[in-house]
Amino acid sequence: MIVQALSFYVFAAVLIVSGVLVVANRNPVYSVLFLILTFFNAAGLFVLLGAEFLAMMLVVVYVGAVAVLFLFVVMMLDINFAELRQGFVRYAGIGAVVGIVLVAEIIFVVSSGAMSPAAGALGGSPMPAGVTNTEALGNILYTDYFYLFQAAGVVLLIAMIGAIVLTHREREGVRRQRIAAQLARDRRSVEIKKVPTGTGI
Amino acid sequence: MAELNLHAALPEIWVAVSAMVLLLVGAYTGDRAMRLIGLLSMLVMGVAIVAMLGIDVSTVPQLAFNGHFIVDRFAVFAKVLALIAAMASVWMSFSYAEREGMARFELPLLMLLATLGMMLMISANDLISLYVGLELQSLALYVTAAIRRDTVKSTEAGLKYFVLGALSSGMLLYGASMIYGFVGTVSFAGLSTALSGATEPSLGLIVGLVFLCAGLAFKISAVPFHMWTPDVYEGAPTPITAFFSAAPKVAAIALFTRVLVDAFGGLTPQWQQIIFAVSVASMLLGAFAAIGQRNIKRLMAYSSIGNIGYALVGLAAGTPQGVSGLLFYMAVYVPMTLGSFAVILAMRQKGQMVEEIADLSGLAKSQPWLAHIFAAILFSMAGIPPLVGFFGKWMVFAAAVNQGLYVLAVIGVVASVVSAYYYVRVIKVMYFDEAVTAFDRVDGSLKLVLASSLAVVVIGILFINPLQNSAIAAAASLFPE
Repeated sequence: MIVQALSFYVFAAVLIVSGVLVVANRNPVYSVLFLILTFFNAAGLFVLLGAEFLAMMLVVVYVGAVAVLFLFVVMMLDINFAELRQGFVRYAGIGAVVGIVLVAEIIFVVSSGAMSPAAGALGGSPMPAGVTNTEALGNILYTDYFYLFQAAGVVLLIAMIGAIVLTHREREGVRRQRIAAQLARDRRSVEIKKVPTGTGI
Repeated sequence: MAELNLHAALPEIWVAVSAMVLLLVGAYTGDRAMRLIGLLSMLVMGVAIVAMLGIDVSTVPQLAFNGHFIVDRFAVFAKVLALIAAMASVWMSFSYAEREGMARFELPLLMLLATLGMMLMISANDLISLYVGLELQSLALYVTAAIRRDTVKSTEAGLKYFVLGALSSGMLLYGASMIYGFVGTVSFAGLSTALSGATEPSLGLIVGLVFLCAGLAFKISAVPFHMWTPDVYEGAPTPITAFFSAAPKVAAIALFTRVLVDAFGGLTPQWQQIIFAVSVASMLLGAFAAIGQRNIKRLMAYSSIGNIGYALVGLAAGTPQGVSGLLFYMAVYVPMTLGSFAVILAMRQKGQMVEEIADLSGLAKSQPWLAHIFAAILFSMAGIPPLVGFFGKWMVFAAAVNQGLYVLAVIGVVASVVSAYYYVRVIKVMYFDEAVTAFDRVDGSLKLVLASSLAVVVIGILFINPLQNSAIAAAASLFPE
């Protein structure tokens, strides 16, 4: 128990501190590295909650793909972050007002909200006993939600077609790698010359 | 629950698999196969209609995919209408695409995939399948709007549609998450059970409902979420605009009706106010904003906003009669709008497309038949008896009056009279103004659409009873006994 509580506080504290450092850092590369640290700590919290699948996904997807992409963008593109921050003070007032209004709305809605009596019975779908949560999620995704899984696949197919339709152009004068031609090359199509040492061709 | 019941979703599976096969055909043959792939897409849609009519929904609705997907008479009616509209749009796009250099094999394929999205929308039976279907449709439509990527207008239309569409999807999702949070279920059947109790609905649920309505109102371009419509209609290539104005409208309004009547039937007094306001605003804006338009595509955009307002009058009534009136209205609206766009596609002077209303001047002398057909369609849209457009309006207004919504009906009639002004103005330009330049010869493919549209508008009155009966049967399947 004490180990669990202790690790929760460690993870949570590091998460918050590194989250603040993501925003506060002047060097964008450090920001991204702190972002990765934040993700790792959030994954740790998920493991403590017993949601090991989410924890692994967080590490694989966010750390492995998203954060690395961020790192590439930050290092490859020459973005002047000081320029981006200009006007922060000027718009801070308006931003604060919008933020306060939104928070007030959320408080208003949450405090006056009431659950429908039937909600508990409808929404209750606890973890089935005796299976890992990866297995439980897979069961739901590939049986109950099979239709949505397939339809989402078609959406991604359209996104691919759309990206190609709108951006792909046949360019003149581009040398393409023709793998078939490369592989079909054999001894006869290559001329082999013996070069005596020290004379050159 | 573990029930796939795939045969109810057979038309959708057929369309999805065929689209992928056609994609492969296109990938190997290239853009010269555009017409072939287009014709095959139309064949696929035709087979889907036949398969749809073969599903037995006469007594109970068919549920498929563990209840995420529903086929009832309402779904069959709306899907057949959307498929016919999509087929006509694909048919009209061929010669335009070849002439204007947008003959890419992906064009009919994207229209086919958008139609698949519409079918999924109409058959959605919970909030998640609603969203997935909607995105499937919208994503394909964004790309078709921007398909002429080398022209500024088309790309601007696509970008504008995409950005605003993404915003509306965000609102819809926010609303859906609020609804899930406050009711605890996303399935329409579950929502309907949870909300049928007489308890006062919670504020959070109402907020969710309002956001959901806002997101869906954007998709049917109802006021105040109509701002994108004139720009996108004007900027998108004309056959794509014809597609936008017919099939997606049918699918989105069918989805809207199913969500409100089926899932939120217990909150009818709450959403009735929203639909009432949206309907009045759409009718009035559609009538007054169209008066100053010079571009015929913008005029059609405002006309479609107004027409959606009239259709929503039926939904505002919230009764089986109102919903059947709405279905009837859409069934009449689709051939009229497709016919109008066939005329707009025929507006070519010396090989150049023209879009100004003034370009139509003297059409009655140079091409009398084109002028006669357009005049019949416009009179029908204005709601002049005995053309079918009159009966569409009459049925939605009758439903509103039967529910005591006199104000709505009166505003509708007033807006209808105002809109008659700009429809008749176009007729005046065609018949009484001097011709400037005659139009080029009309394509054979357009003639077919023009003739069918004229047939529906004029001879359609003979078939009002069967159409009305099937609309009534379709509407009845949304209202449990």
